[in-house]
Amino acid sequence: MKTQGKVIGIIANLVMVEAYGPVSQNEICYIETGGTRLMAEVIKVVEGRAYVQVFESTRGLKLSSDVEFQGHMLEATLGPGMLSKNFDGLQNDLDKMTGIFLKRGEYTPALDDDVDWDFIPLAKVGDNVKGGDWIGEVKENWINHKIMIPFKLTDNFTITFIVGKGKYKITDTIAKLEDIQGNIIDITMQQKWPVKLPIRAYQDKIRPFKLLETGVRTIDTLNPIVEGGTGFIPGPFGCGKTVLQHAISRHAEADLIVIAACGERANEVVELFKEFPELDDPRTGRKLIERTTIVCNTSNMPVAAREASVYTAMTICEYYRSMGLKVLLLADSTSRWAQALREMSNRMEELPGPDAFPMDLPAIISNFYARAGFVILNNEQTGSITFIGTVSPAGGNLKEPVTESTKKAARAFYALSQNRSDSKRYPAIDPIDSYSKYLEYSEVHEYLAKNVSENWLELVYKAKDILLRGKEAYEQINILGDDGVPLEYHEKYWKSEIIDFVILQQDAFDEVDQSTPMQRQKYMLEKVLSITDMKFKFDSFEDVGLYFKRIINQFKQMNYSEYESENYKKYQNELENVLQERKID
Amino acid sequence: METKAFQKIYTKVDKITKATCSLFASDVGNEELAIVDGRLAQVVMIIGDKVTLQIFSGTEGIPNNAEVVFLGKAPTLKVSDDLAGRFFNAYGEPIDGGPQVEGKDIEIGSPSVNPVKREQPSKLIATGIAGIDLNNTIVTGQKIPFFADPDQPFNQVMAMVALRAQADKIILGGMGLTNDDYLYYKNAFDNAGALDRIISFVNTTENPPIERLLVPDMALTAAEYFAYEKNQKVLVLLTDMTLYCDALSIVSNRMDQIPSKDSMPGSLYSDLAKLYEKAVQFPSGGSITILAVTTLSGGDITHAIPDNTGYITEGQLFLRRDTDIGKVIVDPFRSLSRLKQLVIGKQTREDHPQVMNAAIRLYADAANAKTKLENGFDLTEYDERALKFAKDYSKNLLAIDINIDIELMLDTAWNLFTKYFQPAELGIKKDLVDKYWKNDSN
Ligand SMILES: Nc1ncnc2c1ncn2[C@@H]1O[C@H](COP(=O)(O)OP(=O)(O)OP(=O)(O)O)[C@@H](O)[C@H]1O
Ligand SMILES: [Mg+2]
Repeated sequence: MKTQGKVIGIIANLVMVEAYGPVSQNEICYIETGGTRLMAEVIKVVEGRAYVQVFESTRGLKLSSDVEFQGHMLEATLGPGMLSKNFDGLQNDLDKMTGIFLKRGEYTPALDDDVDWDFIPLAKVGDNVKGGDWIGEVKENWINHKIMIPFKLTDNFTITFIVGKGKYKITDTIAKLEDIQGNIIDITMQQKWPVKLPIRAYQDKIRPFKLLETGVRTIDTLNPIVEGGTGFIPGPFGCGKTVLQHAISRHAEADLIVIAACGERANEVVELFKEFPELDDPRTGRKLIERTTIVCNTSNMPVAAREASVYTAMTICEYYRSMGLKVLLLADSTSRWAQALREMSNRMEELPGPDAFPMDLPAIISNFYARAGFVILNNEQTGSITFIGTVSPAGGNLKEPVTESTKKAARAFYALSQNRSDSKRYPAIDPIDSYSKYLEYSEVHEYLAKNVSENWLELVYKAKDILLRGKEAYEQINILGDDGVPLEYHEKYWKSEIIDFVILQQDAFDEVDQSTPMQRQKYMLEKVLSITDMKFKFDSFEDVGLYFKRIINQFKQMNYSEYESENYKKYQNELENVLQERKID
Repeated sequence: METKAFQKIYTKVDKITKATCSLFASDVGNEELAIVDGRLAQVVMIIGDKVTLQIFSGTEGIPNNAEVVFLGKAPTLKVSDDLAGRFFNAYGEPIDGGPQVEGKDIEIGSPSVNPVKREQPSKLIATGIAGIDLNNTIVTGQKIPFFADPDQPFNQVMAMVALRAQADKIILGGMGLTNDDYLYYKNAFDNAGALDRIISFVNTTENPPIERLLVPDMALTAAEYFAYEKNQKVLVLLTDMTLYCDALSIVSNRMDQIPSKDSMPGSLYSDLAKLYEKAVQFPSGGSITILAVTTLSGGDITHAIPDNTGYITEGQLFLRRDTDIGKVIVDPFRSLSRLKQLVIGKQTREDHPQVMNAAIRLYADAANAKTKLENGFDLTEYDERALKFAKDYSKNLLAIDINIDIELMLDTAWNLFTKYFQPAELGIKKDLVDKYWKNDSN
């Protein structure tokens, strides 16, 4: 029996409900209003009274409206067919909705129940199984989508029946399980999971160690992210958070990508909708959309569903990770989610923390980031979720609660700088303020030494050092004037500019330059550092800038050319000629 | 506003604050309208059978035995083609002496367009102003504000842009507009013979501030009618959004909500996004483009209002007085149109992106030279040339009184490049330089 209730109070989308039976925290309920049912989530229970946040506008809602509690939390429906889909924050399939405008109370199924999947069994009658175990697989786009025992089934079961190879729909029974009491459970290809709880169908979460190539040089070379790692990108408006995330989503070496567009512009999502079906995924030769799922709650969609959207996206990621896949989750922007929490906590008249955000914001953020990670599954296979979120700090000031809380939770920090963005040095990641804690991991050291080069780490730190020295020299030049400093200051500054222009700056809109494989990044860093090691002969400071600009120009032409192509080699030769002009042996 | 027979009438008001009043009432819907002592009000809170109403024109003089009539509906606007050419107040009532508009009664502030049903904005809007068309090209379906100090001529620029934009409808949402500015718009549209394309919803400084909160929704509801139902190209002008936000903060303050930064409500981002995101390109060809004004105080863009706006809109246009030429220009550094890359070099001449970037880079060099000069350092010969270029560039391209087409803007830029620089100093792709560099011979 579902618990019933009646509306006793309404403040915007916070509704108070008198419940005539048991209710639990985070339980989902539906509120009846004028023939539509509005979905809502319990966020506080005081005696017989439930405070619920409604995922829709409450316009026209009246006192005493009927409420029906559902007996479960907000759940995602998991199964084959989620790739290439465009979901809203509550996992409604946006493409299935009717009409041009969103309609209040219109909920559409996440999965398609009319598709035939080619099922191949991976288990047999008599096998002992538990939640998360693989019992079959189907081809979803290009991935081997594992059909798993529902995660909710944490006890031990025996398979008493499993279908053979063949075509099945997600609603067909493909296996039957028996528990120790002799109860029989039917298994289909879909299952449900409450989005606010992490899926823990793995034996171990280990420290990440493998580089996750993004193709973005300032990340991969200077401050790498790793498979199962966490990173975040704070930055004032217009500094390139979204462009950077879109670039990562196109090129990152992940099996699949989930993009959570959280409270940002609808036109930016439209860009993904229009471009991803056209763009090729160089790793598979298929279209990018085939490895992508978009969860979007754009800024004009109901605020309460914004919070849900990031959890929905994370749950989808955890589901695919349990199949042994390398998943990348990108969320833009986590600040909007924090703001949604603030609005609600405000209405509940909770004691506010800094900037009126809820007191437990740091805990909420760190719990969420903790769901990422590199795991060893129960069958010894591995899977990972790498999570990169953006943060939109108020007034561009990084000393605000969301940035500070995220800094404690995420291990890589990519600070976008207004200055760099103003001078069009894209991506505007500040090379000096940003960091990746993964560079301190001995596991990562070993990996880099083995897979990139023995002395890679040394080179990376050397490049960072040159950038810092260059910045110091630049400040001195600005204080003392061009001719008020020794010539070598100019040289120091311009050597750091080579690293900036050639390695850090990358044209996100150029066919070739937009993504650089690690092999090529290795060549570039080694080449650039060999030049910064060189000694040159200059007569006056004006020569220094002009000369280094020529070096930079040759490199830029190389960056725009296919690696080791004819053109590339031509510019490489010209670069050597330029170097010979002033080089001292 | 007429009342109907079945409406319940209450005469006992329980509590009156500066902006709200509360009473015991039943069968009331959230956000429903009511008339309190002849003034329009809206339900903002229902706790038990106690209903709190926000009174748009303020509560001054309301007695505790005031007559309260609930209207059984949220704010609406009657939409039809008859809206064209008409002037309304914040409630959508005619203020031009004309008759009430007949049409479909539509609730304002309705749900948004399903993102998968949107079209990517892609049609260039030519304004003739090079600071916009050349450097910050705007497209239909875009939302972009002017960030300007109150003493800058943003209303003039906006009226000019609106009239040149070749929109089927121009919808003006005026919030806290001075009567003079209101008349300025009216005259400007009249003189251009455009009155039949204009629809205006205006709250002037003489009207109560809370009424402003209805203006953008009214304007956007009318816009949706013409853009979606009639497939028209609609331009919505919202001025001044800072005053709209001030009204929001008054209300949230009176409702005892905890303010966040700069005493703005914590929901400011969502409140603004709900309006700006109405900008859309429909697949059927209609579009809503939003041009807004956000006045700054002392040029401070980190204030919560411009800051939240910047996070929502697709760029911003900065107006600045250039003292070197004594004119207002569109600042090329702080202005940005994020949708320009969808059209420049594609719908405009191939050299557009490179010319735009090169000119701004050279202008930045001039700015550096200027700093050097101010700090008492010597200028190089290059610095001198950059400074001369900057002045010409500002006068011939950035100034807001420029009105030329984009081809001519590009040619003007090439002329300036040739006058002051060597091809190698431009950093423009060689094949473009070969094609467009202005030799003496041509
Ligand atoms: N890597 C890049 N290459 C070229 N242009 C860029 C790059 N990154 C950003 N830009 C420019 O900056 C603009 C703003 O970038 P973006 O939309 O990513 O900013 P954002 O940080 O996401 O801003 P917001 O917080 O308002 O969403 C882009 O439209 C583009 O013009
Ligand atoms: Mg963004």
